[in-house]
Amino acid sequence: MAERSFAKEVETLRLGAGETFRGEGILAITKALLESGVGYVGGYQGAPISHLMDVLADAQDILGELGVRYEANASEASAAAMLAASVHYPIRGAVAFKSTVGTNVASDALANLASGGVTGGALVVVGEDYGEGSSIMQERSHAFAMKSQIWLLDPRPNLPSMVDAVHHGFALSEASNTPVMLEVRIRACHVHGQFTAKDNRRPPVSVRDALSNPQRKTDRIVLPPAAFAHEQEKIAQRWPAAVRYIRENRLNEVFGPAQAKVGLVLQGGMYNTVVRALQRLGLADVYGESAIPLYVLNVAYPLIDEEFLDFCAGKEAVLVVEEGQPAYIEQAFGAMLHKAARPTRLIGKGPLPEAGEYTGAAVMEGLAAFLRDWAPEQLPPQDRAPNRPEDPPAPTALAAAVPPRPPGFCVGCPERPIFAAMKLVEQELGPHQIAADIGCHLFSIMPPFEIGGTTMGFGLGPASNGAFDGGGERRAISFLGDGGFWHNGLTSSVGNAVYNKSDNVIVIVDNYYSAATGGQDILSSRAENRSKSTQHPIADAVRGIGVTWVRQIDRTYDVPQMRQVLHEALTTEAEGPKVVIASSECMLNRQRRERPQRAKALREGRRVETPKFGVDEDVCTGDHACMRLSGCPSLTLKTLDDPLRDDPVASIDESCVGCGNCGEVADAAVLCPSFYRVDLVRNPGRWEKLVGSVRAALIGFLQRRRMRGRLAFEGNPL
Amino acid sequence: MTPLDHAAPDSRDRDQSAGVLKVAILAVGGQGGGVLTDWIVDAAERSGFRAQSTSVPGVAQRTGATIYYIEMMAQPEREPVFALMPAPGDVDVVVAAELMEAGRAVTRGLVTPGRTTLIASTHRVLAVSEKIALGDGRAESGAVLDGAREAAKRFVHFDMNRIAVETGSHISASLLGALAGSGVLPIPRATFEETIRESGRGVEASLRAFAAAFARAEAEEEPAAASEDPEPPEPSERPEPPEPTGPARLRRQWADLVARVDALPAAARDMAGRGLEKVVDFQDPAYGAEYLDALERAAEAERAAGHRAHRVTTELAKHLANAMAYDDVIRVADRKVRAARFERVQAHAEADADSLVHITEYMHPGAAEVCGVMPRPIGAFIEARPKLYDWLHRRVDKGRRVRTDAFWPFFGLYLLSGLRRWRRALLRHAHERAHWRSWTERALALIPTDEALAVETVRCRRLIKGYSDTHARGLSRFDRVMRMGEALEGREDAADWVRRLREAALADESGEALDGAIRTVHSFLDDEPPAARG
Repeated sequence: MAERSFAKEVETLRLGAGETFRGEGILAITKALLESGVGYVGGYQGAPISHLMDVLADAQDILGELGVRYEANASEASAAAMLAASVHYPIRGAVAFKSTVGTNVASDALANLASGGVTGGALVVVGEDYGEGSSIMQERSHAFAMKSQIWLLDPRPNLPSMVDAVHHGFALSEASNTPVMLEVRIRACHVHGQFTAKDNRRPPVSVRDALSNPQRKTDRIVLPPAAFAHEQEKIAQRWPAAVRYIRENRLNEVFGPAQAKVGLVLQGGMYNTVVRALQRLGLADVYGESAIPLYVLNVAYPLIDEEFLDFCAGKEAVLVVEEGQPAYIEQAFGAMLHKAARPTRLIGKGPLPEAGEYTGAAVMEGLAAFLRDWAPEQLPPQDRAPNRPEDPPAPTALAAAVPPRPPGFCVGCPERPIFAAMKLVEQELGPHQIAADIGCHLFSIMPPFEIGGTTMGFGLGPASNGAFDGGGERRAISFLGDGGFWHNGLTSSVGNAVYNKSDNVIVIVDNYYSAATGGQDILSSRAENRSKSTQHPIADAVRGIGVTWVRQIDRTYDVPQMRQVLHEALTTEAEGPKVVIASSECMLNRQRRERPQRAKALREGRRVETPKFGVDEDVCTGDHACMRLSGCPSLTLKTLDDPLRDDPVASIDESCVGCGNCGEVADAAVLCPSFYRVDLVRNPGRWEKLVGSVRAALIGFLQRRRMRGRLAFEGNPL
Repeated sequence: MTPLDHAAPDSRDRDQSAGVLKVAILAVGGQGGGVLTDWIVDAAERSGFRAQSTSVPGVAQRTGATIYYIEMMAQPEREPVFALMPAPGDVDVVVAAELMEAGRAVTRGLVTPGRTTLIASTHRVLAVSEKIALGDGRAESGAVLDGAREAAKRFVHFDMNRIAVETGSHISASLLGALAGSGVLPIPRATFEETIRESGRGVEASLRAFAAAFARAEAEEEPAAASEDPEPPEPSERPEPPEPTGPARLRRQWADLVARVDALPAAARDMAGRGLEKVVDFQDPAYGAEYLDALERAAEAERAAGHRAHRVTTELAKHLANAMAYDDVIRVADRKVRAARFERVQAHAEADADSLVHITEYMHPGAAEVCGVMPRPIGAFIEARPKLYDWLHRRVDKGRRVRTDAFWPFFGLYLLSGLRRWRRALLRHAHERAHWRSWTERALALIPTDEALAVETVRCRRLIKGYSDTHARGLSRFDRVMRMGEALEGREDAADWVRRLREAALADESGEALDGAIRTVHSFLDDEPPAARG
C-alpha cells in the first residue's frame, strides 16, 4: 500500500466530456492518457512521478473497465522495454519514471525502441527532478531525446497544456513513428489546477487483441542491416513527418505583438516563470498578455528552423530562456541563425545563469539585463537604471543563526538502529570503506551517523565496492535497500559479488516497501497485494544467486543483535560475500496501517497497548550521546528550570511511536539509564487490572515508607 | 484593510501581478504542510478565487525543510498565469510552521517589510546539528525573532504547536486558524471551517485547534515578548527556601543548614540553597554540612582577598552540588522508585484512571557499577586486579530490562536505593569524594592570586557528565583541562585560556578541538605536548 492513497481522487478519472477536472498535474496527465485511448501503462516510482504510479495503482478498477493493461514495472528499463508493444501493434502505450536517473536506466531500451520506431503511439512521461527539492545529480533529459531522436515535449506548466501535450504526444508519435518523451517539471507534477475533461476512450486495439493476432516485421528489429536503414529513416522520413505534425498543429506557440525589436524564446516549462518576470516588470498583464513577443517551445526537440527564423525576422535580438546546461537549444538556434546568415543577435546564458535552476529571481534579473541592453525603452525607469535595491537584503547574521535542515530518517525509522549499530561497530573495529546506495538509508551520510562515502546509482552500492573486493586488512561494507535490490541490485551487485568471489559485506536494508518513493509494494513486501505477487524473501533470492553467508535480522531495533551480526560479518572466516538482511517495516507505513486499527479497537472498547519512550530528566546528564546515535525527530532537548544544570537534557516529545531505538542504543552503547519505555494499556482486562492494583498498593506502601524516614522537598520536582 | 491595498512602493506600481495573492508555507517534513496547502486552496476556491498550489515533494519532505506555494486571484476574467515558485520580495503571506523555518523564509528573502505578513509558530523542532552538541548547541531563537520582526510588515507569532497538542489536533489546523485569524486573506472564517468539515478526518479536534489559534491571532497586536518567546525559562529567584517534610530530627538539622546558607554572601545564597537541597536529597543533612563547609571556606577566602562579588562561591555552589550528587547506581535507583517519578511517567504516557502503565527501564551495569557499590576495601581489591575485574565485568555486562511497575523488580531497585545509608563506606564514594575535594582545594588555593582562574577552574566541572564511557571521557577531558590550567597559572590570560579549552572540550565528541586547543597552548608555553591523551 502506498504512502498516499488516491482512492478518492481517482474517481475524477471517470469525468466525462465537458466536466471540469480539479486536481494535481499528475492526475490530469493520467486522465489524459485514458482520454487518448491508451492500451497499456506502466512505469517505475520516484519523485516527482511517484504519485502517477500511485494513481495508476489506485485506478486499477477504472483501467480494467477500459481494458487498459497496468504494469508496475521492476525498473525504468523494464518500463521502457514494455513500449515494445507499440512497435508492431497499433496500440498506444505510456510509461512514467523520474528523470534523469530513470532515463539513465531506461536508455538501453529507449535507444532500441527509437531505432526501430513505433506503430502505435509511445509516450514516456519523465518527471524532471531538477532544482529545489531534487535528490539527484543535476542533468538534463534533453540529451537522451537528442541522442536517440525521441521527440521531447515540454508543455507550459498548466493543466490544459499538459493534457494537450498527452493527446498530441500520441498523435505525433504515430505520425512520425517515433517515441515521444513528455517532460514534466517537479512543480508542474504537483500543481493544483483545472481543465475541461473529455470522455475516456477504450483502446481501439487492446493488448488482448494483439495476442490473438501476433505480428512481426523484420525491418523493425535492431539488427544489421535494418539498423543502418533505421538511422537513415530517422532523418529522411520520421524527422520531416514530425516537423510537419508540429507545424500543422501549432504545438509551439507564439504570444505577444507581431512586430517588435526583441523577442523571447523559451521552453514551455519556463513559461509561467518568464511571464511572472514580465508581469513584475510591467510588460505582461495577469493573464499573460505580453508586450514582448514570446516563442514558446512546447516541443523542445526537434527544433523547427522555419518557425524560429520566422520569429526572428525583423528582431534585433532574441533571448533564449533554457534551463540547465549544456545549452543545447541555444547552440542549435545559434547555428540556425548563422547558417541562414540572419542579423538577429542570439542571447541566452550570460544575462541568464549558466547553470542551476531558473528561479523567479534569476529569470527576472536576466530578462531585465537583456532588455536594458536591447530594448531599454520598454522598461520602466527604475529597471532601466536601477540605483537602489528595492528591499533591504536579508540579514546575513540571521543566515548564520538558522540551522540547516536536510532531510533525514523519520520518527521511529527502522533504519536508524542499523546505522547506530554500524557506528558502534566502527567505534570498536575502526573506520571502514563504506559505500551507500539510493533510498532512505542514504540519509546515513548525514549527521549524526556520517556513514557512507559514495552513491553510484540504484542497486549499485555493493557493485561500487567492486575494486575493494577482498584482500584488504578490513572488509569493505556496502548498503543496499530492498527497492534497489530488486531494481538492479540482485544481479548487478549481489551476483557480481558472488561471481567475483568478493570478501565484502553487503547490508540489505529491507523495510517492506519502496519507502523513499512513497511506500509502493515490491517483490519482498509482506503485504497482500490484490494485483501483484509479493512476499518473496530477499534471503531466498540471495541464496539462490549463490551467497552462502546470509544473516536475516527480523527486528532492526535490536541494536545489540544488529551490532553483533555486523561484527560477525566483518570478522568471520567464511569466504564469499557476507550478506546481512536487516528487516523491519517502514514506520511511516506501519503507523498508517496500525493507527486506524488502534482507533477502531479503542472505539470498540478492546484492549490496546501503546508504547512510548521517556527520559528521566533528573537521571539524564545532558551529554547528548544518545542524540549522536539517533537523530530521531522525537528525541529532542529540554531546558530544565534548574539553575544548577547548565546543559539541556534529552526529552521525548509527543511524536514518539515507541520504536525502541533510544532504549536499545542506551543499552548497546552503555550510555545511561535515563531512558524508560512506558506501555499504556487502555481497556485492560479485569485480571490485569486486579494485578495492577495489587502491585500499585505494594509499591505505594514502600514509597510512602521510604519518604517517612527522610526529608522530602515540596518544591523539588524530583 | 484588505491585503491587496499595499503601501504601494514604486515597484508595485508597475507590477501587473499585484492582483495575485501570494502565499508561501515553510514547514518541516512531516508537519502536514500539504494538508494546510490543500485547505487554503479549497477555502480560496470556495470564496470565488482561482487558486493554484505547488510543492516539491519527494525525499526532501522526510523531516527536512520544505516549502509549499499558493497563488490566488479573486474573480479573474479568464485563466491567470500564476507562478510556480515564490520569488524573493514578491510574497504577501508567509506561514512558517516552526520558528527556524520562519528564519529561513527571512533569509531566503521571502519576507519583506513592504508587504509580507509573517505568521509563525514559535515552537522549535530542533535540527540534528543542534541536538548532537556535547553542550548546548541550540540556535538562538531571539536572533530569529528579532530578524523576523524586522523583516516582516506584520509578524503574528505564538506557539501554534502547543495549541495543536492541547486540542488533540495537528499543527496544520492551528496554522490555518492563525492565518484566518490574522485576517490577511479575504476569506471568511466560516469558509475555512467549512473546508475543515469537508476534509472529513479529525474534524472536531481540528476545529478546536483552528478556533483557539484564530482567537490568538485575532487578538494579537505585537505580543508582550517575554512570555511568548520560546526562550529557555529564566531561572526564577526563589522567594523562600522550601520547607521540607520529614522526621522532626532531620527538619531541625535542615533548619540549621538553612541558617548557614543565610549567612553566606548574598550573591551565592540562591544557588547555595538549591545546591544544599540537592546534596541533602542525595544523602543526608550531614552531607549538606560538608557542602556548606566548602562554600564557607570559599566565601571566607574571597572576603579575605577583597573579592566582593563572590563569584567563586557562587560558581562553587552550583558545581559542587552537582559533583557531590554524582550519578551512582544508588541515586539512579532512588530516582526511579520515587512516587513523584511514577506520576511523571503516567503523565508522559497520558494515562487516565482506567488505564494501566507498564514501565521498562533500560539499564546496563558493568563491573565499575558493581565495584562502586561494594565496601571500599573489597571494591578496591577487585579494581586493582584486572583479570578479576574483567571476569566480573563479563559476568555482569549485559543490558537489563527492568519492569519497575512489577513488584519484585521494583523491590530490587528499592533495596538498591536503600544502600544510601551506607554510601559513605562504598568505593564509588571514595573515588568521587577524593576527586571533588582535590578540585575544590585547587580552586580555593587560586582565590588569593587569580580569582578569574579560580572561577574557570570551578566551571570545568561541567565537563563531567554521563555514565560509563561518556563519564570516563568527560573525566579525562576534565583532567587535561585542569593540567593545562596548572601550566597556565601565573599568566594574565590563564582564565581566558581555560575557558577556551573547556569550550573546545565540549565542541566535539572526537576530542579534535580540544587536542588543537591544547597544542595551541603548548605552542606558546613552549612546552612538549603530552604523549598520552584521553
